Amino acid sequence: MIELKGLHKSYITGNNKLHVLKGLDLIIEQGELISVMGSSGSGKSTLLNVLGILDSYDEGYYKLNNTLMNNLTEKKAAHYRNNMIGFVFQSFNLISFKNAMENVALPLYYQGVSRKKRNQIALEYLDRMGLKEWADHMPNELSGGQMQRVAIARSMISKPKVILADEPTGALDSTTSLEVMDLFREINSSGITIIIVTHEKDISEKTDRIIYLKDGIIESEFISKN
Amino acid sequence: MFDKEKWQEIFSSLKNNKMRTTLTVFGVFWGIFMLIIMLGLGMGFKSMIQEGFGDFATNSLLIWPQQTTKAYKGFPRNRRYMFTNEDVQTIKEKFPEIEFIAPKLRAFGSEGANNATRGTKTGAFSVEGTFPEYNLIDPSKIISGRFVNNVDIKEYKKVAVIGKYVKDVLFDKDENPIGEYIKINGIYFQVVGVLTKGASNISLGSDKDRSIVIPLTTFQKVYNRGNEVGFCAVTAVKEANIAQVQQKINTFLRSRHSIAPDDEQAVGGFNLAKEFKKIFKMITGIGILIWIVGTATLLAGVIGVSNIMLVVVKERTKEIGIQRALGATPFKIMNNIITEAIFLTASSGYMGIVLGVGVIELIKMIANNSGSDNPFFTHAGVNLNVALMALFILVIFGVFAGFIPAKRAISIKPIDALRDE
Ligand SMILES: Nc1ncnc2c1ncn2[C@@H]1O[C@H](COP(=O)(O)OP(=O)(O)OP(=O)(O)O)[C@@H](O)[C@H]1O
Ligand SMILES: [Mg+2]
Repeated sequence: MIELKGLHKSYITGNNKLHVLKGLDLIIEQGELISVMGSSGSGKSTLLNVLGILDSYDEGYYKLNNTLMNNLTEKKAAHYRNNMIGFVFQSFNLISFKNAMENVALPLYYQGVSRKKRNQIALEYLDRMGLKEWADHMPNELSGGQMQRVAIARSMISKPKVILADEPTGALDSTTSLEVMDLFREINSSGITIIIVTHEKDISEKTDRIIYLKDGIIESEFISKN
Repeated sequence: MFDKEKWQEIFSSLKNNKMRTTLTVFGVFWGIFMLIIMLGLGMGFKSMIQEGFGDFATNSLLIWPQQTTKAYKGFPRNRRYMFTNEDVQTIKEKFPEIEFIAPKLRAFGSEGANNATRGTKTGAFSVEGTFPEYNLIDPSKIISGRFVNNVDIKEYKKVAVIGKYVKDVLFDKDENPIGEYIKINGIYFQVVGVLTKGASNISLGSDKDRSIVIPLTTFQKVYNRGNEVGFCAVTAVKEANIAQVQQKINTFLRSRHSIAPDDEQAVGGFNLAKEFKKIFKMITGIGILIWIVGTATLLAGVIGVSNIMLVVVKERTKEIGIQRALGATPFKIMNNIITEAIFLTASSGYMGIVLGVGVIELIKMIANNSGSDNPFFTHAGVNLNVALMALFILVIFGVFAGFIPAKRAISIKPIDALRDE
């Protein structure tokens, strides 16, 4: 499903070049639930951004669903992001002037689904998140956990192949974090691949496979006992 | 068509910054408002000038004899001469580009002495002898009766067409002057018509209301002027170049009157067509100036919109990043921003147009109600095409105003946009 080979990525700021990913190899199968760990600055977010076609890479290759993700036009990239990838961010990233339902429905809007239809689908997803009553609330009227569940619903609505979550529980308390993880597990059981970047051991332990990044490569890997 | 997601976005940024939006919108509003007002009054100004010309033949020319300035063929310089009936006749036959030629002779009541009387009523007026054609070149309005005609000319008839003021002086209020007799310099003339100034504000010499027009031939006979002619009004056919016609006539007259061929001063002339052209050029110039000034003002407003859109794009960077992560294409993003710019310019411009047209119509209404006949106000107006054109220009400007900010918005990598705080 996801295939990375010899992936290199450097950031260039002014005259400095910061080599972050140094020849990363990684294969992820369809339906896996994976967590990525590593110390701060080890390149976890960088990796996730490359996987999400939000950022480019320098060397090696990245194949998503057997398609090479390289030198894409922005239009193509937008298409892949829309159809194959769902994002969940640490800071939720909901659109402030749209209510919960409209936020969830947004990816379908970019697919050209009619307003009535996409809102109806969005309601179903909110219902699955237990947020049906909050559908017409604006983001600033929701708690962190509720916002993250709205964001998760939004990441799922276009039925992506993979959901990329960068520290999705970073802004939540531990109880809420575990609830969110339960949600991810449930979504994963429907066959969607999920990659979660986290610092917390008890979060990573909820996933099936844990990858440790260090010095731009995968230092070690564990299969969880779940 | 009505895309709620898009308009939600547009209105949210407008609503969040009401003051900023108002100020921006005001720039465009003011630009188009001024443009419309200037165009409206420009139209009034144009009608004012055009009505001033009225039905005066524009392709026309006046010529008159002056003193020679060069000795020639044994004649000394500073010689006085006159045009003659034969000159007029020959010119008419010789130059087909001439439409009408009307000779004229004039005499005044000498130094305040009254020259026209009827019973005990008396007054001093300008007396002019002319041809019927004159009324086709510099038309008077015939209030009653008729103008001088060809029979009058041929038969030296003692008939007179009197100005409105002359009638008021020589006749009682409810008297009908037609057919009555008046005495001009001691000779009886029958009144055949009453005239007043025509639609044109152009006045050649005397006030028409205060003059008496008689046949040229009669004039020459009564005043002992032989076959002399004072000056001629000439109109050329439409296709002809009046300046060339003037040159031809002058050359012809110089050779006929033994004047040096290079004595430009000997034949006086006034090319009305040239003057008309100058004025029309000026009107066109003013029109162009209005568009330039108006469009520049408008442009300033539009640049304001463009600036604000840049700020909006900057503020919305993160949001745009989110949208792109969710699959919004660059086209979609640009489309939203350009639509917003068009919406801002077009809606504020529309208000400017409506208010501008409203003010112009109000001026017109007030002018009409107060009985003003000044076309500057009564004929002020904005025609629909101009308003639509202005609106069209606004939309085009809106596209431009949105384009640079839109380009800026998608030039940022999605990941950088997402990182923006
Ligand atoms: N846009 C950028 N420009 C320059 N350097 C960057 C950029 N993004 C990240 N870096 C640098 O690259 C390195 C890896 O960053 P990255 O965000 O991938 O780390 P991370 O593993 O996600 O860390 P954290 O756990 O703190 O989120 C860091 O040293 C960071 O400073
Ligand atoms: Mg990170």
